Amino acid sequence: MTTKRIAVVENVLSANDRLAEDNRRLLDSARVFALNIMASPGAGKTSLIEQTVQRLAAELRVGVIEGDLATSIDAERAEAAGAVSVQINTGGNCHLEAPMVRDALAQLPLNEMDLLIIENVGNLVCPAGWKLGTHLNVLVASVPEGADKPYKYPSMYNDVDILVVNKIDLLPYVTFDMDFFKRGVEILNPGVTTFPLSCRTGEGLDAWLNWLKTSVADFRSTR
Amino acid sequence: MHELAITQHVLDITLNHAEGRRVTDIYLVVGQLSSYVDDSVQFFWDFISKGTPAEAARLHFRREPALLGCHGCGGSAPLTKDFTCPNCGSEAVTIESGEEFYIEAIEIEMEEVST
Ligand SMILES: Nc1nc2c(ncn2[C@@H]2O[C@H](COP(=O)(O)OP(=O)(O)O)[C@@H](O)[C@H]2O)c(=O)[nH]1
Ligand SMILES: [Mg+2]
Ligand SMILES: [Zn+2]
Repeated sequence: MTTKRIAVVENVLSANDRLAEDNRRLLDSARVFALNIMASPGAGKTSLIEQTVQRLAAELRVGVIEGDLATSIDAERAEAAGAVSVQINTGGNCHLEAPMVRDALAQLPLNEMDLLIIENVGNLVCPAGWKLGTHLNVLVASVPEGADKPYKYPSMYNDVDILVVNKIDLLPYVTFDMDFFKRGVEILNPGVTTFPLSCRTGEGLDAWLNWLKTSVADFRSTR
Repeated sequence: MHELAITQHVLDITLNHAEGRRVTDIYLVVGQLSSYVDDSVQFFWDFISKGTPAEAARLHFRREPALLGCHGCGGSAPLTKDFTCPNCGSEAVTIESGEEFYIEAIEIEMEEVST
């Protein structure tokens, strides 16, 4: 038996990419601006979602898809803050995938929403590369994690549109070389929009919220 | 760990391109900055490819390092731990490649044609 080599050249995640595009079309037609929030466990994803929902509740109708943890603690926190929320049971999966988000979208009142925030599974490796169909990928870094994370997890830092540096209230207490951190980020992701903030003290939150409000308004005005 | 999900995607694409013919080898290109996979993919492969035309095919990984381009010396080099150029020590570098994650080719069995 002879063999023949045939060229394929197809992205391994192409099926997920196509489903992500379907999700995007669904969000676009419902005029819902969507964020995919990624971070290591404990960086403050849920805290940022809580703060965002609470402070924008008067202006924006927010939906939340919770992918982190097998419990519903984070979904309950998002609901308590004033969002409609859906919990994805990832069954121990290390990241969200487009089909999971498609199923969750079917359970949300998209036509009564302006903004969707997805909390991805807490993990700095696996969620990278799996598109969900959101408009922007947001990475939440946090000061206690240390300044070397861009160097250790380049695939995540390379892939995001927005960087939040949370827990800046802890800067006086922990060693965090901001210049070293920024240099790594700048090499992997030149010019990425960055918001240093604290979900605890509220410092820096206004810049994030104003940016988000403007982004939602710009998006909805073009649809 | 998401090797099982990755493996399923590799199988789907392979069977699609094989069009029913027997597959002996699969060649993958994995960049250092792409979604992470390790060698356990072969283990999952042997499990999920059972009963398909790609059963027991060998998976070959070509791992591509992320490359940095240096503005100091104009050279190109594998990404170092602290993102400085290994040739000239410059900190003025940019990432040039490393995001590949695709199936490059598959090897299929051909019917012997008698002439
Ligand atoms: N000091 C400080 N702690 C924070 C801040 N944001 C969140 N935390 C704490 O960090 C822990 C993890 O936060 P959480 O939002 O659950 O993280 P997640 O796992 O990424 O969703 C909680 O104990 C929060 O109270 C912050 O800005 N400063
Ligand atoms: Mg959380
Ligand atoms: Zn150099």
